[in-house]
Amino acid sequence: MKRDFQMNGKADNAVIRAAGITKIYREGAADLRALSDVDLEIRAGELTLLMGPSGSGKTTLLSILGCILRASGGTLELLGESVEKLPRSELPRIRREAIGFVFQGFNLFPALTTVENVALALDVRGVRRSEAEARAAELIREVGLVEKGKSYPADLSGGQKQRVAIARALAGNPPIVLADEPTAALDSTSGKNVIELLRRLAHEHGRAVVMVTHDPRVLSYGDRIIHLEDGRIVGEESGREAVEMTAAAAMA
Amino acid sequence: MSDVSFFRDVRIRKWKAIMGLLARRNLFHDKVRFAVTLTGIVFALVLIIIQFGLFLGFTTTTSNNIDHSKADLWIVFHGVGYFDTGRTFSERKFYQVLATPGVEEAEKYMQAFARWKRPDGRVENIQIIGVRPGSELGQPWNVASGSAAALKEEDAILVDELYREKLGVWNIGDRVEIGGHRARVAGFTRGIRSFTTSPFVYASFKNSLDYTNPTSNEEDVGYILVKAAPSISPGELKKRLGERLSDVDIYTTAQFSRKTRFYWMFTTGAGLAVLTAALMGLVVGVAVVAQTIYAATMDHIREYGTLKAMGATNRYLYRVLIEQAVWSAVLGYALAMMVAHFIVTASEKGGALILMPLEMKFGMFFLAILMCVTAALVSINKVTRIDPAMVFRG
Repeated sequence: MKRDFQMNGKADNAVIRAAGITKIYREGAADLRALSDVDLEIRAGELTLLMGPSGSGKTTLLSILGCILRASGGTLELLGESVEKLPRSELPRIRREAIGFVFQGFNLFPALTTVENVALALDVRGVRRSEAEARAAELIREVGLVEKGKSYPADLSGGQKQRVAIARALAGNPPIVLADEPTAALDSTSGKNVIELLRRLAHEHGRAVVMVTHDPRVLSYGDRIIHLEDGRIVGEESGREAVEMTAAAAMA
Repeated sequence: MSDVSFFRDVRIRKWKAIMGLLARRNLFHDKVRFAVTLTGIVFALVLIIIQFGLFLGFTTTTSNNIDHSKADLWIVFHGVGYFDTGRTFSERKFYQVLATPGVEEAEKYMQAFARWKRPDGRVENIQIIGVRPGSELGQPWNVASGSAAALKEEDAILVDELYREKLGVWNIGDRVEIGGHRARVAGFTRGIRSFTTSPFVYASFKNSLDYTNPTSNEEDVGYILVKAAPSISPGELKKRLGERLSDVDIYTTAQFSRKTRFYWMFTTGAGLAVLTAALMGLVVGVAVVAQTIYAATMDHIREYGTLKAMGATNRYLYRVLIEQAVWSAVLGYALAMMVAHFIVTASEKGGALILMPLEMKFGMFFLAILMCVTAALVSINKVTRIDPAMVFRG
């Protein structure tokens, strides 16, 4: 699927438009409201950070934006396509064509080499092995791991694993990249490399990158920072504003 | 990280090589897990082979003498439903049979229990099989040393190598007493087992009467074996003989074999125990394989969740799991066959025969595939119901 990132004919660059998103988990007789009336636009070329305390609904929101979870209410458009009306069987197609995922725990396949891990994402999309591996090797080179193409995940550092995971997320050339705390398991240097890589994806390659994070060190990299609490959006600011506020709070 | 759409240039193929690679690598990557998986499958298959092989061995043993008789028909005393009964009837019927058109050959045959006195004085129970030496019908087979024709000689008997120790005879020429009469070992057969604890001992028909009943006369007949002329089918000859003979039952060899097997396997309960053990072996085997494959799948559940999050269809996951299951089945089967062959070969010299005919080998291959794929399908059910959101849980 190749889209021009136009939503309903509008000339803006919003690739995700969510309105009134609600998610309720049923736990026995009780209902747990994880998200309430979330309105959100994610734009191409921006690195958007989702921040908030544990249990605030960040990962649930990311799962819904990634068509992994279905919202209990509200509307969701991805690249102009209304997702909430699609049958469940259509969601894997949306994920294959539009979204790349980066996970906190890397989720690499330990039995496959780094190139094979990336090529697997193309295999899922029906690409022939030789072409998939060639494309995977190119991506591995682009994330700076050219010498690790034949290594297994067990032989990589945390930062290297996450770069492989990012290469895998990019294998299908998706317009949207969703990352769940990608720096949480990394040391500061590796974390910095990964966030810089994600920002380059947004700024230089026009992708919409959404990243869930707890990490205050990455605030300055975000174009937009959206704060969630108790399943609601409670604030939005730019990265610069967030850094200034953090600094002011520290001085006070 | 070019933004040129990669998908414009690639053709979508059904052939998904990395999927197969993943299936195989997942299987072989964790050597310990792989060893556990194979051990489970091999254990299950060997268990099933042994249990069903024992059942087949027992079943075959009960009708061995009938199946190797080369007769078309067996004529037995009325009401005798299986081989080992040992009831006798008048020799006159034998001549009636011989006089019946369509009978190419007929022989008197005896089976009866007798007491065997070993050279060291110990006594054992045996089953005497009386045959006419030199005839084609009812002869001992698999003669390992000596010959069946030697039964013509005075006091000559043939015993099986398996029972050398039990009967206390080791060489041709060893002398014993049967029913108070002298007997001399004239040869050994190989692999002729008795289903009961009493070994078969072959003798001439005349001697068998002396060994089994000192008061008997030569007019006693245990069975009459009949070979039909080429011009008549065994079925037609059976009908014709039935019209001429009274107080006897006439069976084709296959019928009598079936009745004997059925009696020992189901009426006595002995076979039922073996069959139950075989079925239990199957159930346990299936359970072991199912658990083994299921556990192997669950070990990779997070990876399957990741594949789903990446957009893999359920069909894609099915193919990965089924390929893994087939590999497990094929490798497990190969190893199980090696182990089973060793056990089966060892059983040929032991007390209980385990049979593994070609049909069983083929059957076990398909059973292995079926068990592993079915077990994989059970775990597939779990995999396809994975909440893809699990991949976000660190």
